[in-house]
Amino acid sequence: MTSGDLSRRRFFAQAAVASVGMTVPMSVEPGAPEADGLVEVAFTVNGKGERLRVDPRITLLDALRERLELTGTKKGCDRGQCGACTVHVDGRRVLSCLTLVATMDGKRLTTIEGLAKGDRLHPVQQAFIDCDGFQCGFCTPGQIMSAVAVLREGHAKSDEEIREAMSGNICRCGAYPNIVEAVKQARS
Amino acid sequence: MTSIQTEPRSGSRSGVGASVPRPDGTLKVTGEFAYSSDLWLDGMLWGATLRSPHPSAWIRSIDIGPALAMPGVFAVLTHEDVPGEKFYGLEHRDQPVLAVDQVRYQGEPVALVAADHPETARRAAAAIIVAYEPREAVVDPRRAAFDPSCPPVHPHGNLVRHQPVRVGDRFQAEVVVTGEYEVGMQDQAFLGPESGLAVPAEDGGVDLFIATQWLHVDQDQVAPCLGLPKEKVRLSLAGVGGAFGAREDLSMQIHASMLALRTGRPVKIVYGREESFFGHVHRHPAWMRYEHGATADGRLVYVRAEILLDGGAYCSTSRAVVGNAASLGVGPYEVDNVRIDAYGVYTNNPPCGAMRGFGAVQACYAYESQMDRLAEACGLSPVEIRIRNAVSQGSRLATGQVVDSPAPLAGMLRELAAMPLPGSTVTRRSITEPSSAKPSSAEPVPDLRSLPGGVSQTTHGEGVRRGVGYGVGIKNICFSEGFDDYSTARVRVELLGGEPHVLVHTAAAEVGQGLITVKAQIARTELGIDKVTVAPADTSVGSAGSSSASRQSYVTGGAVKAACEAVRERLDSLRAGDPELGLVELLERFGPVEETREYRHRPTFPMDPVTGQGDSHTQLALCVHRAVVDVDVELGLVKVVELAAVQDVGRILNPVALEGQIHGGTAQGLGLALMEEIQVRDGRVLNPSFTDYLIPTILDMPPMRLSILENPDPHAPYGLRGAGEPPTLSSTPAVAAAVRAATGLELPRVPIRPEDIALAAPS
Repeated sequence: MTSGDLSRRRFFAQAAVASVGMTVPMSVEPGAPEADGLVEVAFTVNGKGERLRVDPRITLLDALRERLELTGTKKGCDRGQCGACTVHVDGRRVLSCLTLVATMDGKRLTTIEGLAKGDRLHPVQQAFIDCDGFQCGFCTPGQIMSAVAVLREGHAKSDEEIREAMSGNICRCGAYPNIVEAVKQARS
Repeated sequence: MTSIQTEPRSGSRSGVGASVPRPDGTLKVTGEFAYSSDLWLDGMLWGATLRSPHPSAWIRSIDIGPALAMPGVFAVLTHEDVPGEKFYGLEHRDQPVLAVDQVRYQGEPVALVAADHPETARRAAAAIIVAYEPREAVVDPRRAAFDPSCPPVHPHGNLVRHQPVRVGDRFQAEVVVTGEYEVGMQDQAFLGPESGLAVPAEDGGVDLFIATQWLHVDQDQVAPCLGLPKEKVRLSLAGVGGAFGAREDLSMQIHASMLALRTGRPVKIVYGREESFFGHVHRHPAWMRYEHGATADGRLVYVRAEILLDGGAYCSTSRAVVGNAASLGVGPYEVDNVRIDAYGVYTNNPPCGAMRGFGAVQACYAYESQMDRLAEACGLSPVEIRIRNAVSQGSRLATGQVVDSPAPLAGMLRELAAMPLPGSTVTRRSITEPSSAKPSSAEPVPDLRSLPGGVSQTTHGEGVRRGVGYGVGIKNICFSEGFDDYSTARVRVELLGGEPHVLVHTAAAEVGQGLITVKAQIARTELGIDKVTVAPADTSVGSAGSSSASRQSYVTGGAVKAACEAVRERLDSLRAGDPELGLVELLERFGPVEETREYRHRPTFPMDPVTGQGDSHTQLALCVHRAVVDVDVELGLVKVVELAAVQDVGRILNPVALEGQIHGGTAQGLGLALMEEIQVRDGRVLNPSFTDYLIPTILDMPPMRLSILENPDPHAPYGLRGAGEPPTLSSTPAVAAAVRAATGLELPRVPIRPEDIALAAPS
């Protein structure tokens, strides 16, 4: 329809190919002493197996964003205060900025990129569009990951319950009334 | 003459007035939308900024040697490396790109590093040795403004602007109420931190991908500092994770470009949350003294006010903020005698500038608090005192400007007051004794979630009191005071796959407000073509002005409308010889049709420097709020139970997006009323984190009851009135008034902290 067809990140990646000529993200670990200072970790993300050698200090959030090119998960504070980095680990919500990727061995991860089935959006994603449950959208991946888990946990029986269970995800644009509506729509 | 295909307002279901979903919505809910912090180029370097730990100090020396020696470091730059002008600024170029021999606020950028990893860059920045000689910091804005012995923060003194407003000479009345009010320093706290990517270009210039509110004003400031002509500094809008005024000033634009040009490599800079608190301007804290005089039956006779705004270390938009506070300082009320003095000053506190509603927000809290005091003194209700003094179309403001479009404030207040009040929301649950079949005879305990403080409540709600308060705000829409405020739109109609297609290109920043949705809606309505693409915003098209002052639907909307009209005229003239020709055949025969138009709102005029008189605003917008709160007077905790609002937007372009703007503006006003404050002591920020700087969560934001009116402004496209800021004004005083009503306390300062309630001396 409109600019909806254009993913800036993909657009930019293509532009990068043209202007710089490389496509594989670099993976420099600062001050990583010897190879044996790294840890190997294997897990699945959105159904795909991943194996990484990582500095043990790297957070899950940085590993997703900088090693696996999954930048849908956002870094709003990097201190567990805003909820923008919420992902699912074995089906449960975690703040990926407070989680070391080294602890993820054998885990099953889902990020915002893993919710839609091809072009078919997850009902929660569709509900956020239908109810305009966001404005700038930066908190939205975290909101949606929270909402999916909240619904699965059965904690969306009333508006009050939805608010309580969604209160770890800050939306600075103040789209809260529409977020409540979106969770309700997805519930039904 | 006009064919069906190109007739305006052809009833497209996705045109003006429809709740069209956001074109970037799917990208945003799938994580595919690339914010500036998501950009990546292989081989890119990471920039880091060394900032001053002192609010005021001389710099005696900077030793970059230890940083340069670190493996992985590609460049370390100081002010000596700034290729062109060393100072920049929105209104006044007083801010150094990098500190030159002195620092004027904590967090001022001193040096830059580019390295192959963000951690390396950060460590290298920390390895730079700066010899500071701290000096007395000017931290009291009252002293900066009025004490001649106060050291000057800048050589030209500490006064940024003094704007008086003088009208009438009767400053005596039967009823007089006075008050002193304070507004704390609020932060925009957008969730997507400052970030951008600078890519050196083959022509010696730079391509900058950046989250900003105004690409062209960035370009105007960046290019001279890089010593480059503007055409070699090309900016493209990267995804913007909220703005609210904080991206009006530059952050890392020049820094990333300098590092890219020096290293010949793409350089990305992303601020962390703590750095973000130092990386952008905040809302001016304010100290205000008001005196209102009225007749015994509550009609305003005069208003006297002194409004002092702390602009911090650099000018930023302080002058415009002072202008707004002065020109809107009595609020939307008719009063014949006004004496206002609004001041903006330099201090060594954090720089302050644009935030949603700027200048008008601070004054609104004070004048609305005064209206409540006046109501009490006159024995009137808060609603009635406002109705008696409300402006309407034809009213003359304190600046002499006549309100020349609908301003149905009295009616809005009546409608608001007539809305049903929420009942008690303290719900109680009976506890049944597990060991006994019969229910407990004790009083049911309250559901903690329904109490102030939520599940953290430590009582059974014995101290909870209900309060209701009202607030009214008036905000200027678009840039004021003679600014040449315009936007540019390029609209192209062409055949794609045999179907007519519209491409809309502007440089206007989508910051979450939904502008790209509205641009596409306008194109559909004006051209009657459903397929519309909104091109990414960049500097290859003319300036769109800023995504601020609630102005983009008006000005960029007006530009898109004008360009569409021009395209329509071209199509009509091409069709002149053959009126039966359809649009597809027309485009087949003549090829694409493209027109570019600039749109300006009516000119505005400067305020007289002595009397403040002048038609300084092009449009004024009203919003009224009613807040209902439950306050636990023992614990000092406040729960906002409901916020109701009536706002006149002239014409609704997109109902669902508009409601979102009112929700969001209301939420930020609620935050200012109850929790948001950057705490500064001796020029140092005490709470640069989301643990200590509190933002309303979904639990803090109550359900809203909205009534949106459409009384068109004949001067504006479609009759629309800017809508993003007005609710931010009126929700703060409404919440404060409700807490006062619940507690009986004066509460002359926002945010109202728990200790202001719980530890207050009984009145």
